[in-house]
Amino acid sequence: MSFLIDSSIMITSQILFFGFGWLFFMRQLFKDYEVRQYVVQVIFSVTFAFSCTMFELIIFEILKVLNSSSRYFHWKMNLCVILLILVFMVPFYIGYFIVSNIRLLHKQRLLFSCLLWLTFMYFFWKLGDPFPILSPKHGILSIEQLISRVGVIGVTLMALLSGFGAVNCPYTYMSYFLRNVTDADIVALERRLLQTMDMIISKKKRMAMTRRTMFQKGEVHNKPSGFWGMIKSVTTSAPGSENAHFVPDLTLIQQEVDALEELSRQLFLETADLYATKERIEYSKTFKGKYFNFLGYFFSIYCVWKIFMATINIVFDRVGKTDPVTRGIEITVNYLGIQFDVKFWSQHISFILVGIIIVTSIRGLLITLTKFFYAISSSKSSNVIVLLLAQIMGMYFVSSVLLIRMSMPLEYRTIITEVLGELQFNFYHRWFDVIFLVSALSSILFLYLAHKQAPEKHMAP
Amino acid sequence: MRKVKRGERGVGKSSLVHLLCQNQVLGNPSWTVGCSVDVRVHDYKEGTPEEKTYYIELWDVGGSVGSASSVKSTRAVFYNSVNGIILVHDLTNKKSSQNLYRWSLEALNRDLVPTGVLVTNGDYDREQFADNQIPLLVIGTKLDQIHETKRHEVLTRTAFLAEDFNAEEINLDCTNPRYLAAGSSNAVKLSRFFDKVIEKRYFLREGNQIPGFPDRKRFGGGTLKSLHYD
Repeated sequence: MSFLIDSSIMITSQILFFGFGWLFFMRQLFKDYEVRQYVVQVIFSVTFAFSCTMFELIIFEILKVLNSSSRYFHWKMNLCVILLILVFMVPFYIGYFIVSNIRLLHKQRLLFSCLLWLTFMYFFWKLGDPFPILSPKHGILSIEQLISRVGVIGVTLMALLSGFGAVNCPYTYMSYFLRNVTDADIVALERRLLQTMDMIISKKKRMAMTRRTMFQKGEVHNKPSGFWGMIKSVTTSAPGSENAHFVPDLTLIQQEVDALEELSRQLFLETADLYATKERIEYSKTFKGKYFNFLGYFFSIYCVWKIFMATINIVFDRVGKTDPVTRGIEITVNYLGIQFDVKFWSQHISFILVGIIIVTSIRGLLITLTKFFYAISSSKSSNVIVLLLAQIMGMYFVSSVLLIRMSMPLEYRTIITEVLGELQFNFYHRWFDVIFLVSALSSILFLYLAHKQAPEKHMAP
Repeated sequence: MRKVKRGERGVGKSSLVHLLCQNQVLGNPSWTVGCSVDVRVHDYKEGTPEEKTYYIELWDVGGSVGSASSVKSTRAVFYNSVNGIILVHDLTNKKSSQNLYRWSLEALNRDLVPTGVLVTNGDYDREQFADNQIPLLVIGTKLDQIHETKRHEVLTRTAFLAEDFNAEEINLDCTNPRYLAAGSSNAVKLSRFFDKVIEKRYFLREGNQIPGFPDRKRFGGGTLKSLHYD
């Protein structure tokens, strides 16, 4: 009886998450496009719903809501469904939509998408070989096999994003790094941009006029195409010798125009950059801006500390055994001498901590995905990209569950260990540290180079 | 003599500009960063004794309507002294048509500000367009990708759209030059539009000052009476 109640609660919450994923899709991701394939929207929302349900189960675990056995059942079921989606459905549909875009293969879409899916499975399987993630006593088609591989991909993603985010966050928040931009700079750059456009226009006017006169004089091809075309038109138009002057001129002018257009594009991007910096400078003078500036200092210390800890972990080959909650309680009880009910507080504090981690990681991921989507999608590829994002999101959330195990006290870890089987969790943490370190250091290098290069461009007269 | 083309990313503005200016199909369209320009030679009042030839600059302004405000401010520099506006939308994507309202607001705001007319963002006002002195043209692209059965519904919708803007409309496929072949109704509409732009620019100067039209002589060489290339 209680099982039925528990199941209905779970199902209601899943429907809620599904609705939220649907709304997010409609309002944020696809707000500039028309949704024609509802399959894509459904898959995205379903992935989102099941991922969030996993987090919900963790929270229930901590708060001891619902019956223990029904929790276990839902864990298993949820995990199976998510793996099914991530390994079978989404890759298949990605292959299907890619193939649909290519006109040649349109007739045998299904066949080719199956082929693509088989290729994906092959590489997915091979991924597990170089990593010591499993104890050898598991069979081929067990959950552990699939989860371990999904975990590797997801943890890599998490560490990359986390490393970059840890470095980028103080860089964007702190106003110390803001370049000084005056209105005069912007006006000067705009003037250069318009001058370049003027030059392009005058050259194009010449070209247009040339083409028109040539056309009126009855030239067969009104534009020289390539090297041989140029040679041919010069030699065959010997009688009308004035034409021979036009043809090489056109290619020369075209080259000049191409160079100028490239310059105009760069100037446009630089001007947009200057406007953005100016806005940030103004924002930093407001109250909110000052608050974020302060946070930035805080985050930079946190970032340095994390990099330091990651290095220590790798160098001294240690994986943290106790979670921050128990550690914190130990410290307060032993060193500060404050006595309080350990069990009660540990439950609540870990709930808050885990809750914050979950919420911030979901929110951070959705924002990053949205930005990414706006940057690279077009009306042709939007379906494929959304499905890729759904895949990334699913893998990310599954690996978050793996890693979150570390932040919870021992008694709550058991359910994850039970459900996910005997994975080598320590490996994942080590792998996370390594990739995090690599990502953070390369982001620092990258931002440093980008920052240094920019002022030089503006200092030039 | 300047005309600005506006529309969402990926609707086919660059292909359209190439088709209009060079009578050829663009082989490998790629994304437009910033703004690209092309020039079309147009015969004003073709076939009549008053025929004159003009250069028309088509400024293809890229980007999307939801861009960061820094990109919008940079784009604004291209909207100075615009003589005509071509709004381009994708017939297979309804949202690009809806975004046209926001695009036109973005451009028209530039010229209407001097007269002190305040516009609330996002909402368009028909009177504002009726008052508008700048000629508008609405072009729908990717006509070939609309299935026969849906064509009527799509074309009715776009007709309403053009009416809202008080503008002419043309629907075509940028990969097929026959839509703009000489003598077709599309070519006639296009010609009439360019003629209107030229008239507004050069022949309405005497007497009524059009508010917000800064007198710019920067683009010299706009009027050509006789042509020869030296």
